[in-house]
Amino acid sequence: MSPTPQNTPKVHGPRRSHRATDAELRDVTELKGDGRRVLVTGASGMLGEAVARLLRDRGWTVRLMQRSPAALAEEQGYEQFLGSVDRPEHVERALERVDDVVHLAAKVSFAGDWDQFLRTNVTGTRVLLESARLAGVENVVFVSSPSVAHSGSSIQGDGAEPADPYAARGNYARSKAAAELLALEADSPKFKVTAVRPHIVWGPGDTQLVERIVDRAARGRMPVLDDGAALIDTTYIDNAAEAIVRALERIEVSHGEAFVVTNGQPRPVGEFIAMMCQACNVAPPTRKVPSGVVKVAGKVIEKIWAIKPGQDEPPMTEFLAEQLSTAHWFDQKRTRQVLGWEPSVTVEQGMENLKAHYTQNPLPVVAEVREKRMEKARRSVS
Amino acid sequence: MTHTGTTSTHKTPRLPYTETPLPGLDPRWSTTVEVASNAACEPVRGQIRTWHVLDNWEVLEAEGKQPVGTVLAVHGNPTWSYLWRNVIAAATEAEQPWRVVAVDQLDMGFSERTGLNRRYDDRIQDLSDLTAAMGLDDEHVVTLAHDWGGLISMGWAELHPGAHVGTIMTNTAIHHDPASGPIPAPLRLALAPAVHGILTSRTNAFLDVSIGLVESGLDPAVKVAFKAPYETAERRQAIENFVADIPAFEGHPSNPRYERTAAWVATSSVPALFLWGTKDPVFKEQYLLDLIRRMPQATVHRYEGAKHLLPQDRAIEEPIMRWLTETFAQGSTHRQDHQAARPTSGSHAAFVPFHSGLTERAAQQAHAWEVATADMGPATNDREPAVKKRLAWTELENRVNAVASGLLGIGVRPGDRINLMVPPGTDLTTLIYACFRIGAVIVVADTGLGAKGLSRALKGAAPKWLIGVPQALVAAKSLGWPGTRISATAMDPLRAKALGVAHTVPQLEKSGPIPFPELDPDADAAVLFTSGSTGPAKGVVYTQRQMAAMRDAVAAVCDLRPGTGLVAAFAPFALLAPAMGASSVTPDMDVTKPRTLTARALADAAGAIEATSVFASPAAIVNVLATQDELSEHQREALSKVRLMLSAGAPLPPPLLEDLQELLPNASLHTPYGMTECLPLTDVDLPTIREAAVDAQPAGGSARRGAAAGSARVEGAGGGVCVGTPVPGATIKIRVLDQDGEPTGDLVDTPGVLGEIVAQAPHMKDRYDRLWVTENESTRIPGWHSTSDVGHFDAKGRLWVEGRLSHVLHTANGVVAPVAAEHAAANVPGVGRTAIVGVGRKGAQVPVAVCETEPASKTVGPARPALAARVRDAVAAATGLDVAAVLVVKAHPTDVRHNSKIDRTLLAEWAQNALGGGKIKNP
Repeated sequence: MSPTPQNTPKVHGPRRSHRATDAELRDVTELKGDGRRVLVTGASGMLGEAVARLLRDRGWTVRLMQRSPAALAEEQGYEQFLGSVDRPEHVERALERVDDVVHLAAKVSFAGDWDQFLRTNVTGTRVLLESARLAGVENVVFVSSPSVAHSGSSIQGDGAEPADPYAARGNYARSKAAAELLALEADSPKFKVTAVRPHIVWGPGDTQLVERIVDRAARGRMPVLDDGAALIDTTYIDNAAEAIVRALERIEVSHGEAFVVTNGQPRPVGEFIAMMCQACNVAPPTRKVPSGVVKVAGKVIEKIWAIKPGQDEPPMTEFLAEQLSTAHWFDQKRTRQVLGWEPSVTVEQGMENLKAHYTQNPLPVVAEVREKRMEKARRSVS
Repeated sequence: MTHTGTTSTHKTPRLPYTETPLPGLDPRWSTTVEVASNAACEPVRGQIRTWHVLDNWEVLEAEGKQPVGTVLAVHGNPTWSYLWRNVIAAATEAEQPWRVVAVDQLDMGFSERTGLNRRYDDRIQDLSDLTAAMGLDDEHVVTLAHDWGGLISMGWAELHPGAHVGTIMTNTAIHHDPASGPIPAPLRLALAPAVHGILTSRTNAFLDVSIGLVESGLDPAVKVAFKAPYETAERRQAIENFVADIPAFEGHPSNPRYERTAAWVATSSVPALFLWGTKDPVFKEQYLLDLIRRMPQATVHRYEGAKHLLPQDRAIEEPIMRWLTETFAQGSTHRQDHQAARPTSGSHAAFVPFHSGLTERAAQQAHAWEVATADMGPATNDREPAVKKRLAWTELENRVNAVASGLLGIGVRPGDRINLMVPPGTDLTTLIYACFRIGAVIVVADTGLGAKGLSRALKGAAPKWLIGVPQALVAAKSLGWPGTRISATAMDPLRAKALGVAHTVPQLEKSGPIPFPELDPDADAAVLFTSGSTGPAKGVVYTQRQMAAMRDAVAAVCDLRPGTGLVAAFAPFALLAPAMGASSVTPDMDVTKPRTLTARALADAAGAIEATSVFASPAAIVNVLATQDELSEHQREALSKVRLMLSAGAPLPPPLLEDLQELLPNASLHTPYGMTECLPLTDVDLPTIREAAVDAQPAGGSARRGAAAGSARVEGAGGGVCVGTPVPGATIKIRVLDQDGEPTGDLVDTPGVLGEIVAQAPHMKDRYDRLWVTENESTRIPGWHSTSDVGHFDAKGRLWVEGRLSHVLHTANGVVAPVAAEHAAANVPGVGRTAIVGVGRKGAQVPVAVCETEPASKTVGPARPALAARVRDAVAAATGLDVAAVLVVKAHPTDVRHNSKIDRTLLAEWAQNALGGGKIKNP
């Protein structure tokens, strides 16, 4: 089936969206959480959880919404609604007495059917926005991704370009691009919507990126593409959460615009992966493969996976190969100016946090690989 | 048939005569003029011919603008008025606008195809008919021409002395001197009877080749636009006729008129501007030189690397508008403003000729037989230094006078340029002083530029004479260097004939005395060349007065005066010692290869004249330190008498300076800062460098992370290389950078403020040679030279240099100079020379460290993560910068002359590609 988006919204001519002027930025009244209720969708993920905690710390009454119970809901002081964002009846209930929404719920994956992405990411966002507006919600932060404006070529110091579902690569990015356009189009002075695009979020306990990469590296299934020199911006979890909360606190100026959020410390992808492996006590990958080969292979693997899906993601998709072999790092000036935000944890400090966490909670793969090696040694002796 | 029209092609301008879009052309300029022809070739006098011209008159009128005058732009073969579109646009938009009438000559462009063979005479008449019909003959008209347009416009100018007020020429020829050889090869081919018609009209070949003559490649849409009027063989007929009209042989029917025009041009005294692409295979530099000889008043800019189709290849509209404005609409030119604003020092009143120190010393009975200059032979360990050649003051003086007379005798005149291709030593010293004595202009190019760079430099400077050693004469022959050949040594007649040698220096020395002409202090004296590390080497012109000022500045810094002695191991300063009455000696080394200087050779040279001062380049010093173990006792003793050591060319790292101090225990070590355009500009000695290093330490004393910026013990100390304070007579300021990193701000000396280093001094260059655009750029602030270096002052008035303006990083947090971070990275164990370059868009760049390693790396690419982390930490601790990536190279690309300046521009581009993803190649 062709993955071309069918139901993406048509953009009707140039629409003048809100973009804060210097004067507005000088004189901004920030939102205070006290007495306000915020709905955080997708709070079972690492980022959703961090955002929810931070909002609670800043005085908001936090309500979580996701399909299955979130670990966080077991802690004190959180309300929880179980449901899907693409089901209006679920969303309506969840939005009762809510002032602000931070929308993180999404299908995040490197592979998969377009229909699934469409339902969760595009329809889900449409339902949520429409319901929120009717329910009298005032502010929405839509959590997006820089890949919505990434056409596959390298990005070296560009700002937040407009989302483009037709140019975006892969089903995830295409669906998020369509959703972001919907979100920003819904923005108005009475119903403020902003989009925040954190790029490659990582941190302790991250099953999406850190543990997946480290797992593959430990099993010798993580190649270094080309020379591993592509310069890539990433975002430490605390910084991403802080930026999202700042976008809500400063929605008076941030609404109508999309902001790329990163640590602003691009690193060669090979070095970044090596740092990550080291922090998790795993040997970094050394096998070099030309990216062209991997892109072709990724495409083939994607196809096979579509016929015979396994449990996990396919090992390498064309999209992922592109992500790991072309530079993408961003100009943060506008983001930092509008959000009044600076990353507080450097990449290096983040790695130390990672090390502390995985020394306490070693990944199973580390023991598994060690056991295999021992087994092999034993066999060779006998 | 499918309709292929799209919105984008609708936006591209078109003319009614063609379907081809014409990017850059405003259709409002296009107009036709009916003109009665008086050309001799017309069978019927007064035949009406339809011209197509581009004329911005109506646009100017509609916008209510009053033009200063009219530019009459004449294209050549095989182009059309489209060639001038950028000039027309610039002239329309200028604050002081000009009307531009750019014609399509008859049978060319979109003008009428007359079916007649219009020769040179006819074309002059045609243009005259047109200007009469358009009412231009009573206006102020500046001609602008390319290719054939040069001759035709000058033919017109001769007939319109009342209207013609200025001449602008781009790659063209006014006269071909048969003595200089046949016409250029590409035209010879086009004229060969067998191929002439095929190349020129029956096929597109001539058209394709001619409009392809641009350095940077042509936008396909522009290429199509150039060809638009020449779609069929019929429409191309005039291209063939034009080529046939080239006066390739004696007795060509157009010859008499060409000769007449060329002769007239030499009588024209109107202001002139020549803009020239140096890589034109047809109109080579010999034609530019011919033009300069005919119009010596011309302002000249040579675009290095640009080809034949210069108006397409370079943005010539900018200098053209600037020149038109300052020549016709302002009271004074930029050069006049610059010269008026230059400081007039004490030396202005009393000009002491450059060579006077030599003459005075020779006249003193007590000193006349002391050594003035000596050359060393191979270093030995014997008691006596091996002196190969030595001249006493009176001998040097007599020899200089003899050679000077000899030069006058063979026809050298004041102002003639003489290229000296002789290695440093007594012979070169003799020749230099002989030239200065008679006002000949020395051209000194360093063989370190490489054969290609040297040829380029010499062809640009176009010396009339060349004095060389045999190897240089062989090179001159094979590489086609300009100038009448004079051999520096005696030469047998057969060899002389083979090398085209007309005279020899030994013959010149036998000349009887000829009275020397009086020196004009403000006439040119020397053309020196920049190192070429920042683009092609530039010629730098000094006047007699400025050379004298340079002598005085160096004397002050180096404590050189009568009775002192100098070891000159650094070429540019070697020529100065006799002018101060100081003895000099050239050590046994290949001066163009600094690393060939050994400690023993240096010590022997110092011993030979009991030298008090030593000049050497950093590379030479490195080798001297590496070979110091070979020194014998008496050689060490000779070195202990040195009172001053000066290292110039590039900064010398402090640890090396400390080593050097041990070798020269009684010497004060100086590392002045300067450039070919102004040498020296500042001076600093080792104690000052040590003091500056202490001042740069964090005020709290602890080396805490990120303490570098703004918290030094002395405000502004640190970050870059401390080069000390301005030399006497020099003034230095910092021009503040704006948000885009451009030096547009005020001139300040506020501690810690980063900006472009600008300077003024009496020994500053007069100008760049035939580089008017570059000269204007460097004298943006009248009276000042903009160095393109960046740096800052500290609170003690010391200057800290932080690299080249083009090397600064434009990060999101502002402009950052790379030098301080580079030092921090290079100090990491295992890391060698490091360049910090910016990757990404201006305003969002991230720093990337490109390192050599010790030992040298065998591969190229990202550093191992552990090494990367060490470099990153070191740079962050010293400067607070977050290095995005650390890349390792086998060896940095460097400049050919000093082998010390890293080509950061190239590295930045390479790093940007490497870090964009994909396979990494060598830089």
